Amino acid sequence: MPDATALTEPPIPSSPAGEVPVQLLTPEGERVSHPEYDVDLTDEEYRGLYRDLVLVRRIDIEATALQRQGELGIWAALLGQEAAQVGSGRAMREKDFAFPTYREHGVAWCRGVDPLELLGLFRGVSNGGWDPQEKRFQLYTIVIGSQTLHATGYAMGVQKDGAVGPQADGSEGEAVIAYFGDGASSQGDVNEAFVWASVYNAPVVFFCQNNQWGISTPTDHQTRIPLYRRAEGFGFPGVRVDGNDVLASYAVTRKALDDARQGQGPTLVEAFTYRMGAHTTSDDPTRYRLASELEAWKLKDPLERMKSFLYKQQIADADFFAELDADADALAARLRAGCLQMTDPAPSAMFDRVYAETTPLLQEQQAAFEAYSAGFADAGAVH
Amino acid sequence: MSRLQDFRLPDLGEGLTEGEILSWSVQVGDTITLNQVIVEVETAKAAVEVPSPYAGVVTRIHAEAGQTVDVGAPIITVDTDPTAAPLDVPAPAGSDRAQEDLALTEMVPRPPEDDAGPQGALIGEVGANGRTATLVGYGPRSVTAKRRPRVDAPAAPAPAGASPAAPPPAPARVSAQQVGQSAAVRAGGVTVLAKPPVRKLAKERGVDLAVLQGTGPHGTVTRADVEAVVARTGAAAPELRSAPEPAPSYDTAARETRVPVKGVRKHTAAAMVASAFTAPHVTEFLTLDMTPTMDLRSRVQAMPEFAGVKVSPLLFVAKALLLAVARNPQINSSWDEDAQEIVVKDPVNLGIAAATPRGLLVPNIKDADQLSLVELARALQSLAETARDGRTSPSDMAGGTITITNVGMFGVDNGTPILNPGESAILCFGAVRPMPWVVDGEVVVRQVTSLSLSFDHRVVDGQLGSQFLADIGRVLSDPATALVWA
Repeated sequence: MPDATALTEPPIPSSPAGEVPVQLLTPEGERVSHPEYDVDLTDEEYRGLYRDLVLVRRIDIEATALQRQGELGIWAALLGQEAAQVGSGRAMREKDFAFPTYREHGVAWCRGVDPLELLGLFRGVSNGGWDPQEKRFQLYTIVIGSQTLHATGYAMGVQKDGAVGPQADGSEGEAVIAYFGDGASSQGDVNEAFVWASVYNAPVVFFCQNNQWGISTPTDHQTRIPLYRRAEGFGFPGVRVDGNDVLASYAVTRKALDDARQGQGPTLVEAFTYRMGAHTTSDDPTRYRLASELEAWKLKDPLERMKSFLYKQQIADADFFAELDADADALAARLRAGCLQMTDPAPSAMFDRVYAETTPLLQEQQAAFEAYSAGFADAGAVH
Repeated sequence: MSRLQDFRLPDLGEGLTEGEILSWSVQVGDTITLNQVIVEVETAKAAVEVPSPYAGVVTRIHAEAGQTVDVGAPIITVDTDPTAAPLDVPAPAGSDRAQEDLALTEMVPRPPEDDAGPQGALIGEVGANGRTATLVGYGPRSVTAKRRPRVDAPAAPAPAGASPAAPPPAPARVSAQQVGQSAAVRAGGVTVLAKPPVRKLAKERGVDLAVLQGTGPHGTVTRADVEAVVARTGAAAPELRSAPEPAPSYDTAARETRVPVKGVRKHTAAAMVASAFTAPHVTEFLTLDMTPTMDLRSRVQAMPEFAGVKVSPLLFVAKALLLAVARNPQINSSWDEDAQEIVVKDPVNLGIAAATPRGLLVPNIKDADQLSLVELARALQSLAETARDGRTSPSDMAGGTITITNVGMFGVDNGTPILNPGESAILCFGAVRPMPWVVDGEVVVRQVTSLSLSFDHRVVDGQLGSQFLADIGRVLSDPATALVWA
């Protein structure tokens, strides 16, 4: 007999088959093939990808140290997510446009943004620092998930400009890529972006780095099905890729971008990876996750598997690795020196970039503020 | 750049003011490299390993493990050029070094015994070092908020607007300021502790909290303290006393919750109204000794055929009802108002009233009279699970011919059920309890229950209804009857 006091929730549907991520490089560094995705790179390109991974990790480590030493206000580390970022970043063509979160240091590197510009932002001496149009890399977005709407709107603009499909100059059109995380997947903005991109067949790739933790919220509190399957409900394809495999991340993103630029519409790429560090330097992950989980993911390290592959295939030798380490140290030293030399901007500089062209009201406010600032006995000593 | 570099404790996480040294991984004399982890520091947010910004030899560690250090205070000094000439440890007086040391001394955090002020301070109190204890850690120092001097500021710090003719402005201003602030800071700067409603009461009654000695925990001023002062002094702002706030009227509506009627609730309401006001209900009752059925239940449950099947008292009540229907087929019928006919149903589709997440539902077991006991048990179990999961479909609820409602599972004795619309009888099964019962002239404890049967008097007369209910009772009192009737 039904008992009103013994209500139970409906059972969680069991996970379906097919959620094994696309993989081209095993954690042991073995090349494997996949029926739909593959890459055929030159030795130079393989070495290039590994070089990116090492340098990006070195940037991240130095920035984390600088924050601990009081030189940055905060830093959002990408440790563990290098392959997802470098793979997807290198899959972009020159004209493709990326909309990042605040953790896409690896993508920024691939787009040619000087890491010092990133440090300036986290040091609080600039609001961004690079020209998004020139780098085809939007400024970092702190608000969770909102950049997916910006990216979708931009992609719809690309579409309306006729920049999708074969172009008069012989190129194949442009594509847009929006970065976000598993936590953002629960945001309304992201779901709205999915709807618009799907309905308008916008040339955008939604690149979700599922690093398993939205600050302290595990993925199973965000979704009851694998994230890539969300796409199906919105009416576009979704694919899960091993986000610690730079080759698979590259291959899957390249395919998704090509589909988009050729008018095939959006794709959701779920890069299955792990945030090895804290959410930001203000966070202490030992308070909510087990060390055993971290240890399990250490065995899937994106750099180690690529290094192992290069060694085994004799694509790189000891000299290459030694030189790369020296380059990484030099880059870190340059970042440290550059960061310590950054000076605070003049307070009135905050008026400079409110609008592309200033307004009379703004000029008035700036003049008033400057007069006020100059009214102190020690004016000039500050700034 | 000086050879000796101090590393000052940075703000490790967005707005922190201090950190506790958990452990040092280096000591004086150690050679360290850039970014080597030197110390673990715990802040209000996280325990973090801090890397050194300098390479060299450690010459001094300023704070031991366990000490809490202000952000900005030096924690370690590193000689960044140890291969050069040795340092003069006691630097010559008047040199830069001496001045540096002096500055350092000022910045060095007090050892714990000197720092007892804030540690022992209560929330809201200002500790001996000038910092206010807050709920989480300690807020910033509140003693010296210096203003930057303005170019054209007056030479004397006389407040703007103060009359130069007034000779003693200072004390007057201080007291005015005190009253104006909150009237709740004792001399010595300690905030008076009182809950917000008590503060409001004191304000309304014109009582200065700062003059009260609180009797609550930690000297908290309580409502009683304020009321005692009011009773003693009659303190109350006159205007407040003469014009008390009107007593709030008792507003019932404000404390009601209005739930929209929809879905199953709406359907149930419509069906019950339709049934209650179209079919003239008669309800009869029967109390009976169900002990033989309860004994039988245990034996049946142990039979291999019933492995994994739930054998409930309801199963036997349902079976008894089905047997009684076979003997009194007209009970399984409905009234057709339009055709002015009584429709006697051949199949017995047995409805079971179910409390579900969606509300009251009455799914039925189709052709229940054709089922064996084990099939009936399975059907009841499946119906219950489906209803509990909220998966009961409309077809499960359509076509019922007679219904059982089991109010006994809620522990109540019985009721007068309302007919499921379109049916002519509904049986209500009450709780089964150990009760005194007369057997062979002796009072003994037996498993007793009561049944009630509501029927549509347009279709069913008292005789038929009574026979039907009595038949059910006979089977439950003596299950052997079932063999005779089957």
